[in-house]
Amino acid sequence: MNVRAQVSMVFHLDKCIGCHTCSIACKNIWTDRKGTEYMWFNNVETKPGTGYPTQWEDQSKYRGGWEVKGGRLRLKSTGKGRIITNIFHNPHLPTMDDYYEPWTYKYEDLFNAPAGTDQPTALPISKVTGEYIDIESGPNWDDDLGGSNIYAANDPNLKDVSEEQRQQLQAVERLVFFYFPRICNHCLNPACVASCPSGALYKRGEDGIVLINQKRCRAWRSCVAACPYKKTYYNWSTGKSEKCLLCYPRLETGQAPACFHSCVGRIRYLGLLLYDADRIDEIAKLPPEKLVEGQRDLILDPNDPNVIAAARKAGMPEQVIEFAQRSPVYQFVKVWKIALPPHIEYRTLPMLYYVPPLLPVLGSTANQVYENGVDAKAIFHAFDQQRVPMGYLASLFSVGDEAKIQYVLRKLVAVRTFKRAETVGDIPMAVALEALKLADTTEAEVEDIYRMTSLPTFAQRFVIPPMHREEAIEAFKDPQDHKREVGFGFTASPKRGL
Amino acid sequence: MYSLLQTAAPAGPLPINDLLFVVVPYVVLAVFFSMTIWRYVKEKFSYSSYSSQFLENQHQFWGSVPWHYGILALVAGHLIGFLVPRGVLWWNSVPARLYIIEGAALIFGIITLIGLINLIVRRASNPRVRAVTSKMDVVVLVLLLLQVIGGLWVALTARWGSSWFAAVLAPYLWSLFTFQPDASAVAQLPWSIKLHILGAYAIFALFPFTRLVHVLVVPNHYLWRRFQVVMWNKRASKAE
Repeated sequence: MNVRAQVSMVFHLDKCIGCHTCSIACKNIWTDRKGTEYMWFNNVETKPGTGYPTQWEDQSKYRGGWEVKGGRLRLKSTGKGRIITNIFHNPHLPTMDDYYEPWTYKYEDLFNAPAGTDQPTALPISKVTGEYIDIESGPNWDDDLGGSNIYAANDPNLKDVSEEQRQQLQAVERLVFFYFPRICNHCLNPACVASCPSGALYKRGEDGIVLINQKRCRAWRSCVAACPYKKTYYNWSTGKSEKCLLCYPRLETGQAPACFHSCVGRIRYLGLLLYDADRIDEIAKLPPEKLVEGQRDLILDPNDPNVIAAARKAGMPEQVIEFAQRSPVYQFVKVWKIALPPHIEYRTLPMLYYVPPLLPVLGSTANQVYENGVDAKAIFHAFDQQRVPMGYLASLFSVGDEAKIQYVLRKLVAVRTFKRAETVGDIPMAVALEALKLADTTEAEVEDIYRMTSLPTFAQRFVIPPMHREEAIEAFKDPQDHKREVGFGFTASPKRGL
Repeated sequence: MYSLLQTAAPAGPLPINDLLFVVVPYVVLAVFFSMTIWRYVKEKFSYSSYSSQFLENQHQFWGSVPWHYGILALVAGHLIGFLVPRGVLWWNSVPARLYIIEGAALIFGIITLIGLINLIVRRASNPRVRAVTSKMDVVVLVLLLLQVIGGLWVALTARWGSSWFAAVLAPYLWSLFTFQPDASAVAQLPWSIKLHILGAYAIFALFPFTRLVHVLVVPNHYLWRRFQVVMWNKRASKAE
């Protein structure tokens, strides 16, 4: 057993209100420079929708992630041999048009326009060329457009949903959408790292954060094509790729990443997961239907004495083990089993998990009275009558296995039913207890889920371990010397060319 | 520089031939090595291929791919002529084999030229690509174009290049690298070949200041490294 720690995340989609505060917090800190305008390390998508970059989930086009061939894991895009032929022209590289061309407005025209009878206007100009552009798409161009026959209808996740259900999704009565915030998943088997010919991408051993060494990146662009989540971006100005760094300078000083910190709906949880690094390859190769369980199996119980002993043997600091035991992510993923990885069929073993949303059921109007079409006793909708087909959520979070989604939703309904019976009392307790039994849960667990979902404090949502990276550096160099010599490290201005 | 001193030492100015084909190459080599190393040490962030495929994808294919395959084959050809001149002369002793190697070189030269012209047209015509074009990029493209056209001109007019390169230029280049420069043979060559040699020196001299440095950081180690890269600040010893 080779125990490693991974800073992992849970996004609770039921709580996301789609305000994009996370995206803005991130943008203001990391991607407000030339060449990065189009990058959104954190973005919030409307689902069903085509996402950003457009249809990123369609791997027949982008060829991201891994595939198993002849019992071995192989990159779908540019692997070892094919780098020789693909380095001059990467056939799977998305272009700026797949994202959007960033723009600003010619504001000075508002001031310089000659006096006249009409209002002056500020026309849009491209932030790449400086020329006038017709804006054709932008970040969140499909925001809130559930039911749209341009955006929602072209969601790659609807591929396995029946034609009838797809048609229904566009009916006015069935319009439905939810928000899907995305950052880098800091995968255990990252395709971006594996694809980088220069070895510029790496995973930090202590906390598992995936980073790009800006001095080693040579713009071979493989990572952009290889990441199935399209979360590495090419800076067209500096000729270097960039990606979400999980705000490691904040994490190292005990603060939550900016997108987590600023989350209005408090949907985000961050904590450690311990895993067995020796089994990554074995788990990533499992047949699709076993991937979700396999990844859960890879995560180790931080309270197990054997795991603790192995962690100590691997040199993990005592405090890190302690923080892993308090991790909210461990509860969501392994104990309650209500958080699922996105698109694990890409085989990168993503370490950002999602609690799938409970979506509204189809209502009906009889005699001018709106009926929500469900047994009144249930009050909380029967999830099998959700407006969005179960197969859709299954395509996102469980490789098409609807039973896994149903398991989660049953538990979420059970929490609501039980708390309603307890606090409001209009549901008989017997009904609530039956819901618990059906959902394979207990009163104590439901109470825990309720507390962690509805009432968590800042410190409960973000259990940020002291990773002792600073101390590790001290073994090589006196921090005072280091500070005196190089300050914050990268002091050259990140400009293009010599 | 023994022979140079011998021929030019007594009096009078340095013969122009020795200036261009003995002094210049040493200056070029000095600039090339000192500046690429300086840039790698001090300006590592600027070592990049500065790909613009992200901004324009279609035309890039018809430029970058033929250009790179073509130029790699041509550089390899020149290198073989330099490293094993006797082998090349032996190969060329049978006319059919000579035609094969000359024909292949010409085809690769044309492929290279087509790729380069596509790259130049793309860079000039696409507004996005133009936005990321520096003055040095223009200089490099013009130089490379002149060099490729000049090379094709030499191949077509001065037959047979593979033979006289091995017989005349390989000894000249070896004389430079062994620090016993002897440019007397070069003086007899036609002006088109002299220009081609000088063009090569110009490219090598500018090399460290341009995006061409990406040639030096080709990711060959990728082929044998492990897929995943994990970095530790301090790898705790397992024995502890």
